[in-house]
Amino acid sequence: MIDQVVGAELSYLWHKDADLKGCDCVIVPGGFAYGDYLRTGAIARFAPVMEKVGEFADRGGLVWGICNGFQVLCEAGLLPGALIRNASVEYRCEWTNLVVERTDLPFTSQCRDREVIRVPISHGEGSYFADPATLSRLEQRGQVVFRYCAADGRVTSNANPNGSLHNIAGIVNARGNVLGMMPHPERCAEAELGGTDGLKLFRSAAANAIKVLAS
Amino acid sequence: MIARIVVTPKPVVNDPQGITVRQGLATLGFREVSSVRVGKYIEVNLDSTSEQEARQRVEAMCKQLLANHVIEDYRFEIETDGHRRR
Repeated sequence: MIDQVVGAELSYLWHKDADLKGCDCVIVPGGFAYGDYLRTGAIARFAPVMEKVGEFADRGGLVWGICNGFQVLCEAGLLPGALIRNASVEYRCEWTNLVVERTDLPFTSQCRDREVIRVPISHGEGSYFADPATLSRLEQRGQVVFRYCAADGRVTSNANPNGSLHNIAGIVNARGNVLGMMPHPERCAEAELGGTDGLKLFRSAAANAIKVLAS
Repeated sequence: MIARIVVTPKPVVNDPQGITVRQGLATLGFREVSSVRVGKYIEVNLDSTSEQEARQRVEAMCKQLLANHVIEDYRFEIETDGHRRR
């Protein structure tokens, strides 16, 4: 999808890789790395490649964790908080509406302010948790990028699929170069998949990735 | 030596598993149960020269990997030659 739909050059990184092959944006995708043993993302963060991902993020490189990738970034300490069992105790696989609260980021520059995008979720442990101090810091600094909402953009408890605090679906670090989100934009980046809203995020990242590292 | 480690969700963290188990117990007639928290038990066999050393090492293991301090608390006891100490 990155190469064929977005038209960006794509390299696959293996967990044992010792370098990032010159990537301008590292996407840590979903899946169940190491079988979610112990905790989701707990073992994956020790993968050799993660050390390089951390250094890359420190230099300002774009790092984007999706679903299990978000869990890995939290475990690695690149993003605050943690993802816990869904409040329903069920695995949830369904379409959700997300309100985009930041459009000044490299990942969201092609979205309109407070645009509602339709992106599916597919997880059992996607309930965002952070202690009250961390949560208020995230809100004050505008680090909440995506919130589960109703189709009209209202953030309601009914629209929250997993019990995430403050309906949080995605957050960014203070510097704005590390994004984590539970919903799957790659599953709605082609019309054949039932939606194309995710494409806006990939196009944003592809357009901005090189600029970010150069600046 | 054996370290017996118990990891539990922090009191402030919602524990949907615990809530569901409590409902199950209530259905079975255990009405006296007011709440349930579900955590995990980890047993670690280790070669340490002293109990104190083992304690320090297990503490480090819990901090670095076995528990996530954002959402979990941990406690452990070390068993040496059949003697248990908290």
